[in-house]
Amino acid sequence: MNFFFEVLIGGLLSGVMYALVALGFVMIYKASGVFNFAQGAMVYLAALSVVGCMEKGAPLWLAIILAFIIMTLFGIATEKFVLRKLVNQPPIALFMATIGLAFFIEGVAPMIFGSEPRALELGIVDEPIPWVLDNWNMVISKFDLVAAGVAAVLVATLALFFQYTRIGRALRAVADDHQAALSIGIPLQNIWAIVWGVAGFVALVAGMMWGARNGVQFALTFTALKALPVLILGGFTSVPGAIVGGLIIGASEKLAEIYIPPVMQDLFGGNFGGIEGWFPYVLALLFLLVRPEGLFGERHIDRV
Amino acid sequence: MLYREAGQFKTTYAADQQLFPIRQDRIGVITLLIVAFLGVPMFASEYWFSAILIPFLIFALAALGLNILTGYAGQLSLGSAAFMAVGAYAAYNFQLRIEGIPILVSFALAGLTAAGVGILFGLPSLRIKGFYLAVATLAAQFFIVWCLTKFPWLSNNSSSGVISTQQLIFFGHELKTPVEKYLLVLSIVVVLALAAKNMVRSTTGRAWMAVRDMDVAASVIGIKLMPTKLLAFAVSSFYCGVAGAMYAFCYLGSVEPDGFSLEMSFKILFMIIIGGVGSIMGSFLGAAFILLLPIFLDIALPFFADLFGLPFSSATVSHIQITVFGALIMFFLIVEPHGLARLWQIAKEKLRLWPFPH
Repeated sequence: MNFFFEVLIGGLLSGVMYALVALGFVMIYKASGVFNFAQGAMVYLAALSVVGCMEKGAPLWLAIILAFIIMTLFGIATEKFVLRKLVNQPPIALFMATIGLAFFIEGVAPMIFGSEPRALELGIVDEPIPWVLDNWNMVISKFDLVAAGVAAVLVATLALFFQYTRIGRALRAVADDHQAALSIGIPLQNIWAIVWGVAGFVALVAGMMWGARNGVQFALTFTALKALPVLILGGFTSVPGAIVGGLIIGASEKLAEIYIPPVMQDLFGGNFGGIEGWFPYVLALLFLLVRPEGLFGERHIDRV
Repeated sequence: MLYREAGQFKTTYAADQQLFPIRQDRIGVITLLIVAFLGVPMFASEYWFSAILIPFLIFALAALGLNILTGYAGQLSLGSAAFMAVGAYAAYNFQLRIEGIPILVSFALAGLTAAGVGILFGLPSLRIKGFYLAVATLAAQFFIVWCLTKFPWLSNNSSSGVISTQQLIFFGHELKTPVEKYLLVLSIVVVLALAAKNMVRSTTGRAWMAVRDMDVAASVIGIKLMPTKLLAFAVSSFYCGVAGAMYAFCYLGSVEPDGFSLEMSFKILFMIIIGGVGSIMGSFLGAAFILLLPIFLDIALPFFADLFGLPFSSATVSHIQITVFGALIMFFLIVEPHGLARLWQIAKEKLRLWPFPH
């Protein structure tokens, strides 16, 4: 039973990491209705900028600020040169444009900062907490707990930002209805630029956590693929959905990875590892069949 | 155009509805086919066949399959490479397990197998659409590749899932040289492309387009959504499956499941975006463009680097390639969402009036 809880908690904590990336998706979808496939590439770009600036001799705090500036500028440029020109196109065209954007970043970022994998030191060690190990005989990494804390703070900040600030209210208005927001004098373009800036910030946080965990390398772009089932499960428009979805996906994929292969081995023989790769997708897919709008998503009504 | 269609009057419905209504277009298509079947084998080198022409035709067929699903029926899929994998492995298994089965039959059966799998993964499209569906097709992508790696039976107990394809026996004659393989691939692609061209202007094709433009409205005017969508998935997967079988048998000869990666699915998606979403010819143009661009960059980039004395590595070439792909996708979506096929159409219309501007 101890082992079960260890796997469960490990899964929940890695789910927090997925949720961090998924949050970036939710931010942009909520405010502009764009499904931003490039979020994973943005995570990669953010982590690379931090490491790249540190290699040029900047201390960590300066590197983070510089990376934030880079991400914001990048977000504004995206809004100006790509999205603004695609207004009124079907959402699928916007989605495909962000796939192009993802490729663009994946090509440009390593040209600027170098493509070799590097470590990112945040000063948090990735080792089991001795107290938990002694008392409950469970391996829980200190790093994971910090990541969970960071995610919690980030979500709380975003929620407060959305709920109580002027800009947050404007963002919600734009999300509800572009035209109505425009007609009461909310500057749509500025709002979108801000949203992409915030998404860049979320990508920066996610990139630093993932980079510190797995090293800064091209594989970071795949974090987006991990975040997608989380999104479907939680609903595209819900910040809490991203968190809950992340926890469910993280926990269930780790449990599946441990408990399903032996069963299949009994049935068919052979080795059935690597279920993690597809299990979240199939889980999300089955869930969609029951509830197409996700756990916290808004049910939309089609009109002819 | 350099020719004019003036004087060609259509007096029957049959004449109005034929595939290529303008006489010069018919002549043009027939000339193209003659060149492809007779002219090219006489002049092209072996490198051209095995490195450019065969993959071009195969990817064009896969792009055609995705175009039917995404361009005509409006269901975005990111898992086309997985259906190619199904086709490749199915063809291999039919050849392996059924004694003396003709290669064309096993290609057709491979296509049907892929169609079956496609229907299975198309089922969610009845309840979800748009991005949700795109993400759901990723499930097909990862699940199928995983299955092919993990179930040893599918690859005849090969440890890593790699299969080496059997000999291509075509009516008792073994196809060995690239020219023969090229002719086989070309024949299959021509037949399937004509079939697709006909399909999209039939009732089925019109129903697909109605669903693409607005599925609620389509169902209101009496199009049954379920069979229409599932048929699109089936036909699309059939095309991808046949393309996959040919990819294994006529192009590489030995394939592994991981070769049919998400990256390949994206490549096929890029082909239809650049070539033209919702256009048969666009699939061919896009496939040619996406396959030739890296070859062009490989040659051109070092040349320019030498010219300006810049330091250059192969890693940089691949980064530039990815960047160019990404930039092109955004460029096309912004400037010409209907792709190269539309540019070709515009050129034709300009030429029709030439030399008079109005």
